[in-house]
Amino acid sequence: MSELALVEAVRLALARAMSDDETVLLLGEDVGIDGGVFRATDGLLARFGEARVIDTPLSESLFVGLAVGLGAQGFRPVIEYQFMGFMYPAIDQVLNHAGRLRNRTRGRLSCPMVIRAPYGGGIHAPEHHSESMEALFAHIPGLRVVIPSSPAKAYGLLLAAIRDPDPVVFLEPKRVYRATKEDVADDGAALPLDQCFTLRDGRDVTLVSWGAMLQETLAAAETLAAEGKEAEVIDVATLKPLDMETILASVERTGRCVIVQEAPLSGGVGAEIAAGLADRGLVSLLAPVGRVAGYDTVMPLPRLEAHYMPTEQRILRKLRETLAYT
Amino acid sequence: MANTKSTGTRGGGKRKAAAAPPKASVEDLQQYYRDMLLIRRFEEKAGQMYGMGLIGGFCHLYIGQEAVVVGIQAAMGPKDTVLTSYRDHAHMLACGMDPKGVMAELTGREGGYSKGKGGSMHMFSHEKRFYGGHGIVGAQVPIGTGFAFAHRYLNEDAVSITYLGDGALNQGQVYESFNMSALWSLPAVYVIENNKYGMGTSTERSSAKSTELYHRGQAYGIPGVQVDGMDVLAVHEAAEKALGHARSGKGPYIMEMLTYRYRGHSMSDPAKYRSKEEVQKVRQERDPIERLRGIMIERKVMDEAKLKELDKEVKAIVSEAADFAQTSPEPDVSELYTDVYVGA
Repeated sequence: MSELALVEAVRLALARAMSDDETVLLLGEDVGIDGGVFRATDGLLARFGEARVIDTPLSESLFVGLAVGLGAQGFRPVIEYQFMGFMYPAIDQVLNHAGRLRNRTRGRLSCPMVIRAPYGGGIHAPEHHSESMEALFAHIPGLRVVIPSSPAKAYGLLLAAIRDPDPVVFLEPKRVYRATKEDVADDGAALPLDQCFTLRDGRDVTLVSWGAMLQETLAAAETLAAEGKEAEVIDVATLKPLDMETILASVERTGRCVIVQEAPLSGGVGAEIAAGLADRGLVSLLAPVGRVAGYDTVMPLPRLEAHYMPTEQRILRKLRETLAYT
Repeated sequence: MANTKSTGTRGGGKRKAAAAPPKASVEDLQQYYRDMLLIRRFEEKAGQMYGMGLIGGFCHLYIGQEAVVVGIQAAMGPKDTVLTSYRDHAHMLACGMDPKGVMAELTGREGGYSKGKGGSMHMFSHEKRFYGGHGIVGAQVPIGTGFAFAHRYLNEDAVSITYLGDGALNQGQVYESFNMSALWSLPAVYVIENNKYGMGTSTERSSAKSTELYHRGQAYGIPGVQVDGMDVLAVHEAAEKALGHARSGKGPYIMEMLTYRYRGHSMSDPAKYRSKEEVQKVRQERDPIERLRGIMIERKVMDEAKLKELDKEVKAIVSEAADFAQTSPEPDVSELYTDVYVGA
């Protein structure tokens, strides 16, 4: 057991998966000699060699297609995109091929792969280097979309993603890559996919979030507790397929729900959760479902970034409004 | 000019035999020198300001590559358009954009070319015919091809100049652009700034068969030329020819500039992929500014006193830009919502 930052936990999981399973290959721009733009793959080239840690040319639209071919032939490729915004040229391969190979071959072929990409703002970088476009990928049938919120979650969920027989988009909250440390045991134990995690119990309101926003969300829950109200905090972790059961069960107890996402409001994963509550949890609701989100605008930089990002204060305002509703 | 290789529509690369006599006038030489120096001092200042935390996000410096953009600019006509990728400050300065507005964009201030919302990679000037500043490797190439299409359609006396790096030459959309551009004989010049590294990956490690990139259009019948991109005079001369070709309706042209960046890919660069000695050697032996300075002194175009004066003038411009970039106000919060849709 050692104290690791999230980016180190990613590296540990990659190393673990590679030593456990020789079909796991790492590919991406500068993943080898440079150890990745955020150093997530640092040292892996020396340990596993050039045949398995592969520096590729700059050909983002190709990477996922390559992984479909590799996956269909029994490999478990892990592709690193340097930023989520660099994945967009590959959307054709993600949507038209990776997400559909199993269905198209009626189950005869699959293409296990993990597409890793850092996402989200908070590092003062422009638009495609800072966006949270997870909803784009969550909309695609056949894909899993997973976002870890802490070092231990990163380790366990990444192992699960690599072992999963279907393609997984694994988005890493780069803002918190090095923000906090946590004990992570290199025991090779995966965490379950397709399941939310309850990070904090509470009876007054359910707070739902994922990835980096859980920092602000948990802080808001702490502040609220000091005011005598207890929020149950749910880390969605797998955004697609979405575990509505855990969220519904919590809202059944609390009657109130606030969803926090960094992504723009419209068409976000938060909207899907709110729709799920309207659909199946309406009778439990004592207040309208609240959403705290980024704005429907291009991520502005760098001076306005702080205004774009949901803050603890914004979450608290929405929480108080939701709690006061009668 | 020495150190120039070319390929015709059919032939392989062949070296030109004799060095051509220099055509540049005294005024030209002085202008090139001043422009290159301005870029270098501007970039050095940007590097310093980044170090002081005044510039956010990413910042890709052009230091070492100055001769490329200055030599190309010298051959351009008034209606020609320019697009490039993210190592773009030099292109803006060469196009005549105001150093104050560029620097203020780097610091994210209201006075920046994109109101402080675009940063280092996303600046535009319709007046100066500079169309970005694009952050995705190779993605500016189809757009530049679109500009070329428009120039031809409108029968304008304009060439679309699209810069791209060596790394971009492995992106599929670049070849889709080459094909269409050649198919429709568009007035496009693609300038490959080959600085040997796509971030940390050398051209040796990313290019099949050959690290020479000027023949990458050969399958489409696009002529290519390889130029010593550290020699502003060689760049200018080769650009005259390439732009003339595109302007006269003969279709696109590819120029490969052999150049070198002295600094890292961006401000965080582990620099594990090359040695300090390699960088030092290029600085000592091929520096484009030192080289031109030598020629100017040798030809008695300028003496040390005049050079010093020029140095002082450039420093003043840069320091004025830096001051402006720190005093221009931060953008108002209402700017979060502007320019997402028309009128909003």
